[in-house]
Amino acid sequence: MRTTDRAKTWRLPAVLAATALAVAACTPGGDSDPTNGAGATDGNGGGAGAGEVVMISSQLVPTAEQEAMNNAILADFDGSVNFIGAEPGPFNDQVRAQEEAGEGEISLIGGLDGEFSSFAADGLLMDLSDVAEELSDLGINENFLELGRLGTDQQLYIPWMQATYIMAARQEAMEYLPDGVDINDMTWEQLTEWGANIEAETGERRLGFPAGEDGLLHRFFQGYGIPAFTGGVNTTFASPEAVEMWNWMSDTWQYVNPQSTTYGFMQEPLQSGEVWVAWDHTARLIEALNNQPEDMVAFPVPSGPEGKAFMPVVAGLGIPTTAPNVEGAKDLIRYLLQPETQATTLSEVSFFPVISAELPGDLEPGIQAEQEAVAAQTEAEDALPALLPVGLGDQGGAYSQVHRDAFQRIVIGGEDPATVLEELTPQLQEVFDASGAPCWSPDPPSDGPCQVGG
Amino acid sequence: MTSRLGWAPYALLLPSLAFLAVFFATPMVQAFALAFQDTSGNWSLDSIQRMLRDASFSGALLTTLALVVLVIPVQFALAMSMALIINARLKGEGLWLYVYAIPLGISELAAGIVWVSIFTQTGWLNSILEGLGIIDSPITWQSAETPWLLIMLVVIAEAWRATSIIMIILVAGLQSIPREFFEAADVYGASTWQKVRRVVLPMLRPSLQVALILRTILAFQVFATVIALAGTGLDVLADEAQRWATDIDNDHVAAAYAGLILLLSIFGTALFLIALPTREEHQA
Repeated sequence: MRTTDRAKTWRLPAVLAATALAVAACTPGGDSDPTNGAGATDGNGGGAGAGEVVMISSQLVPTAEQEAMNNAILADFDGSVNFIGAEPGPFNDQVRAQEEAGEGEISLIGGLDGEFSSFAADGLLMDLSDVAEELSDLGINENFLELGRLGTDQQLYIPWMQATYIMAARQEAMEYLPDGVDINDMTWEQLTEWGANIEAETGERRLGFPAGEDGLLHRFFQGYGIPAFTGGVNTTFASPEAVEMWNWMSDTWQYVNPQSTTYGFMQEPLQSGEVWVAWDHTARLIEALNNQPEDMVAFPVPSGPEGKAFMPVVAGLGIPTTAPNVEGAKDLIRYLLQPETQATTLSEVSFFPVISAELPGDLEPGIQAEQEAVAAQTEAEDALPALLPVGLGDQGGAYSQVHRDAFQRIVIGGEDPATVLEELTPQLQEVFDASGAPCWSPDPPSDGPCQVGG
Repeated sequence: MTSRLGWAPYALLLPSLAFLAVFFATPMVQAFALAFQDTSGNWSLDSIQRMLRDASFSGALLTTLALVVLVIPVQFALAMSMALIINARLKGEGLWLYVYAIPLGISELAAGIVWVSIFTQTGWLNSILEGLGIIDSPITWQSAETPWLLIMLVVIAEAWRATSIIMIILVAGLQSIPREFFEAADVYGASTWQKVRRVVLPMLRPSLQVALILRTILAFQVFATVIALAGTGLDVLADEAQRWATDIDNDHVAAAYAGLILLLSIFGTALFLIALPTREEHQA
């Protein structure tokens, strides 16, 4: 009898524990821990906009970057900031929830051009022309300011920082570079040859792409692979040239480290030597280039038949019309654009400045190397800038998912690219129909939603 | 007895009932409602169909089921051995219990990262194998090209991480078996195997049932270990729910996945309740 009694007493807590766990596991995004920035300030705030500024950002979300923001970049701000880094889904939800409620805590939004354009379309953003005017001495890049007007005569966001994706390689790889190839001016086909040489000589697959859960591989297809091979991005999604690109990727994959499907940030496998040649975001390569400057080189991305496609990433700062602390938010914008802060941002999280004013101090070797690679990429004769998705709003994730699905099915699953692209075309079109987003560069502009083509 | 206590037991139950209603029942009903709506909020099977059409759906379902089938027997064999060792009252019994319980204090993701440092190409396992001269060049354990190997890695990591919770339930069960049963078995000359089969396992049935139910529910939710070890190389249901909710920003399909996990958990629980009835349930 004792056993059954005990069984009963055991069962209830166990079932309770199990249900609690079930709830916890079914709650999405439980890790978006809002890091409190109060510790980052010296506590004697009280500038023009006294009181806490709550800033939500879709940038600087990884824990290390949030820490850098709180402990270094915001350290000298004369006020208190609560910096919240959020994944695209929750980021979009929180900004819109505040708008729907008509009031809330968020005073400043840090996001990408595409995200702002969907907020602006719904009238969520305040005009910041006065702030832009006031900061004109800093020499904010005119093209970026133009982007920040989002096709209106109002300054809807102020450019904040920029980044892009480049290549990095370990010195060991250089001796296997195909004869006569210049790493600053090579093609994607030559990259494959390079990988094949390494594999033939060392028996190891040493190319690397960030195909893991946190990796940004979808940006490779959106800003590098597809535009470099097709000259477009969405209007050429299922074109014969796009099929070429996917065939190239599948062919190259035999020289890519198969552990790539676990890589989020390529700086880690580059430093451990698991990967010798990698493509990734500048902020996700910087540790390798800074920690082992003697062993690493940074270089521009290769070109495809249509040119050297690359994706410039412009992040901006905007104030929602429902902001509770507008003055504080404007103070924070002024602070984040100061040369000192832009220099700290560059050295801490390797997002490049958007101002032309000279930065104080010397650059770390890794930053220097990246800056040279970025400049070579931007100024290349066949440079083909491909914008980050614009105007997709809450469809941004679904857009990237199409490219990730294509990768899984074609490259990992070995399916026929033409068939897969044809099957995915309606899914991609649905993204445009749902968001109403027009085509963006390098696709020709469209009236109404972009039409996915082949 | 009941009349003397009056309403007091029911009043004492209220807080936990309220807790369950607010934090479990309500979100569960909401999740099911979300799953049966399309993105514009109309009642429809659209989200369920999207889940079924999702390129990762069949892979995620198969991998999750494979993990449940592989992890649970391994964990039960291990947990049973560990519990019997502790119950044998060897020297340092307390120490063993604490050593075995260490993984309980480590979060799922942290455990995954520890195992990544073992299995990555430049990790501990390859370094040791190379040091011993068993292999010449590193073996790639975590490759999407060998999914069965990835599943084995997750089984190993999960077995290490979550066996102790079962062990603790079994130890508690073992320790409450009255000594008299073993003495009686000794009197009749039972062998060790006979004692395990005829005394220990039947008396442990309620604990086994609880442990199996708990472990099965947890296995259907496996998530962080898979992400850490396999990245995008393996899909599981909880990972898909997360992806649809945060990356794709479609709560309806995410809710469909969460609902599927819940249904599978309920099905697993029912299976164990029927297959392993306790004496009390027999009588009823």
